[in-house]
Amino acid sequence: MKTPVAATLAGLSVALLLALAGSVVAAEGQRCEVPDYLLFGNNELKHVTEAVKKDRRLTIAVVGTGSSILAGPDGPLSAYPARLEEALKRRLPSVAVKVVTLVRTRMSAEDLARGMAKLLVDEKPDLVIWQTGTLDAIRRIEPDDFRAALEEGLETLHKGGADVILMNMQYSPRTDIMIALGPYADNMRVVAQQHEIPLFDRLAIMRHWSDTGAFDLYAAGKDNVLAHRVHDCIGRSIASMIIDAAHLRSVDSKVGQ
Amino acid sequence: MHAPTGRDLRLDFFRGIALWLIFLDHIPSNLVAWGTIRNYGFSDATEIFVFVSGYTAAFVYGKEMRERGFIIAGAHILRRAWQIYVAHVFLFAIYLAEISYVATSFENPLYAEEMNILDFLKQPDVTIVQALLLKFKPSNMDVLPLYIILLLLFPPILWLLQFRSSLALGASVLLYVLTWHFNWNMPSYPSGHWYFNPFAWQLLFVFGAWCALGGAQRLSRVTQSPVTLSIAAAYLLFAFVISLTWYLPGMSQYVPHWLEELIYPIDKVNLDVLRFAHFLALAVLTVRFVPRDWPLLKSWWAWPPIVCGQHSLEIFCLGVFLSFAAHFAMVEVSSAVWVQFVASGVGIVVMVAVAGLLGWYKRAEERSPGSRRRKTPDADLAGGEA
Repeated sequence: MKTPVAATLAGLSVALLLALAGSVVAAEGQRCEVPDYLLFGNNELKHVTEAVKKDRRLTIAVVGTGSSILAGPDGPLSAYPARLEEALKRRLPSVAVKVVTLVRTRMSAEDLARGMAKLLVDEKPDLVIWQTGTLDAIRRIEPDDFRAALEEGLETLHKGGADVILMNMQYSPRTDIMIALGPYADNMRVVAQQHEIPLFDRLAIMRHWSDTGAFDLYAAGKDNVLAHRVHDCIGRSIASMIIDAAHLRSVDSKVGQ
Repeated sequence: MHAPTGRDLRLDFFRGIALWLIFLDHIPSNLVAWGTIRNYGFSDATEIFVFVSGYTAAFVYGKEMRERGFIIAGAHILRRAWQIYVAHVFLFAIYLAEISYVATSFENPLYAEEMNILDFLKQPDVTIVQALLLKFKPSNMDVLPLYIILLLLFPPILWLLQFRSSLALGASVLLYVLTWHFNWNMPSYPSGHWYFNPFAWQLLFVFGAWCALGGAQRLSRVTQSPVTLSIAAAYLLFAFVISLTWYLPGMSQYVPHWLEELIYPIDKVNLDVLRFAHFLALAVLTVRFVPRDWPLLKSWWAWPPIVCGQHSLEIFCLGVFLSFAAHFAMVEVSSAVWVQFVASGVGIVVMVAVAGLLGWYKRAEERSPGSRRRKTPDADLAGGEA
């Protein structure tokens, strides 16, 4: 089954690209640099500032789906929530940082929004990082319903006194043509803007890494090293975003360091 | 006033351009797509395609309806809808081939979640039936189902347009308004609704048909007036400035909050009124600056888009297929910028070549000694087939 389809499509692409010789090896950058405009904005994390300045502690809850975890025995320690915790502890040595994860696969924004009230009671987070959108886009859930779910979740979190960072989908060039992310990414941007909360634009950031050759996101194989490195960079980038948006003083300031 | 007669090459020309733009926009991560109109305003090539399709459908089948009656013309319209349905199912088969290939070759642990896209392959019995019912529509495959529904409902609308054109257009506007008010749409599988809501997008199709049947001439005094032209130009400039804030970081802070509240979200599903107005403004300026007898339309360089526009259904399907193929080339070979340019360029050349070939076939068939003269010669006029 695989071979004839592959051969047909490959033959077609050869016909399309007559003079092509081999793939371009992406020169992987050593550091995961992100342009400032993608990380830093005007929206503040007031509860985080307060928790850090008053109590010298910071509790973060990551609420999300499959793209917030990695499989395998070393997955939990390599996924971005753990990397974020590590980066924050390093950069805010005098603060007790705790990152808890509430990740469940195959959940839509609406499913996740419903769990927010319980999360506030159980974990009492100062900050919730809400990763969502991928499953909604795959299932082609009505964009209006998606937006309503975002609003509902944000309202619960706002009432519960937690700051929020919204995180959108991954940039996934191989499945790009099959998943229409556009309306969902747009809605997340608009909702973040209207609620004046930071948006961690994972889509644009990973796309930037792909464009600059920092990572070869077109890779198809079982490459755990790549996955770990991407998650490490995501974790460090969110740490930078939090430190900037909460006006915290860290021992260093660059994403890549 | 009588409806205009004869061939208006502008329709073929702009529908051809729209087909190229749809192809370019359908290739993900394609730098060339930065040149397409969706990045410089509210509307995109879909509006042009739907409007021109309505215009040509009314032109071709309206003439037939006057000459041969409602039954014959209606039957031809339904046959056209059937052809488009078959084309859509064919494209779905190609989509299944690509996605199955991805399923067996892609195991990057970073994208475990994105692989949920393959869930539907676990229930082929349900999914394929839903696809045949036009309820399951993979991304990039939403335009043809819209076209099918519009044509299925077209015979009575065309009949009404012939006799009470203002009433028909008014009914269309009313349906659009009611759709916005009551949130009407058609259900999709596994969830949600149609990406191009037929109850809303019919407005553009019926408006195109109304223009073809004399409406454009009735409007000409309004569309040619300097006031209209300046409003249109100002609106295009406004849309351009707003669209800049989507891409230039930092610019969005200059858009006042009340304006954001007013215009967002710009709803493509229900043909947002901002999008419709943007298309109208483009059309007003185009009609003003590209006259019907524009000499360049007869020159060799206008031939490639015109020939594509004259075989719009085939070239549309080919474009969807080519966008899959170009994406495949970028994934399997290289996503370097030059590959994107080559894939985009080759795709357009293939579209033009195939359109040229289709034209040659058609002429050859008409010339062949055994064949009777075609009963619907005007199907070739004004925008090719409807």
